[in-house]
Amino acid sequence: MSEDWPLYEVFIRSRAGLEHKHVGSVHAADARMAIEHARDVYTRRQEGVSIWVVRSADISASDPEEAEALFEPARDKVYRHPTFYVIPEEVKNL
Amino acid sequence: MSTALAAGGEGALQAAHLRYVLRLADTALVLGQQLSAWIGHAPALEEDLGLANLALDLIGQARLLLGYAGELEGRGRDEDALAFLRDAPEFMNLTLAEQPNGDFGHTIVRQWLIDSWQLEIYQGLTASPDERLAAIAAKALKETRYHHRFSSGWLVRLGDGTSESHARVQGALDELWRFTTELFAADEVDERMHAAGIAPALPELARSWSARVDEDLATATLRRPAAQPYPWHGKRGVHGEHLGHLLGEMQHLQRTYPGAQW
Repeated sequence: MSEDWPLYEVFIRSRAGLEHKHVGSVHAADARMAIEHARDVYTRRQEGVSIWVVRSADISASDPEEAEALFEPARDKVYRHPTFYVIPEEVKNL
Repeated sequence: MSTALAAGGEGALQAAHLRYVLRLADTALVLGQQLSAWIGHAPALEEDLGLANLALDLIGQARLLLGYAGELEGRGRDEDALAFLRDAPEFMNLTLAEQPNGDFGHTIVRQWLIDSWQLEIYQGLTASPDERLAAIAAKALKETRYHHRFSSGWLVRLGDGTSESHARVQGALDELWRFTTELFAADEVDERMHAAGIAPALPELARSWSARVDEDLATATLRRPAAQPYPWHGKRGVHGEHLGHLLGEMQHLQRTYPGAQW
């Protein structure tokens, strides 16, 4: 039965968390069932206070083949990290 | 217990109180045990976990209620002794709860009928002056709201699904409907508990249950079967053949190795 159902990606916001994090996926006939399945599969140990589900087919992903072109150029730009800069002694709060 | 019930007075109230709590406890325990048998057999992995979660909620309710029943009884029996060392005639569960799982649709119909009943009874008990019972009911009510969401959701999917799924759940409904007579049939235990102000009046709960059931059935495009007279007896401790088999499996380990722990 579950093979006939589309796949949904599940995102859970934990009690202390501010954002929903991807935790896995479930098969379900529709969004309502996907939330129930996510509740039953991923929040059994009080992991969450909120659930998002989205059809896996609706997610557009970057192509692993393009990883070099997409991510390599950032590698030599260390000045984009705040730790690159030396903070003057005089600055007390930043 | 029956003699105390018949005698009247304070002893009769205590006997009724114990029996009332046992009925709630045993219905939850038997239904939880039934659902456990689905583990590894549900139509999908996600439903497997869903049914297991329902089973665990129900067994949790049974533990609290049986623990309380043991205290009311005052004979030193704890939840385990009551669950594993009583014979079928001492079980006070609703006859509906002990009906076999059947197919998935059959299990869903049984679950939905009992969920709808528990919603009413637990809701009513949250206002009980019996604080212990009110607290257990308040906890159980939250769980039962999810159970009803689960079972009514499936009732609609199957009822309003294919011609095959519709025929199967309608068949299950037609078969199980006669056991619903017992849900709200008040006997001296129910009347005594209501008169003492501890339990809600069953006729009021029956109206509310009936309205909710009709609403779900309409959404599921299912037909409400005609009321059938049925000599209900589960909550009086008189059971059909199914309960004996269920208890045989559930109690086997404790009966074979008394006091075994894990």
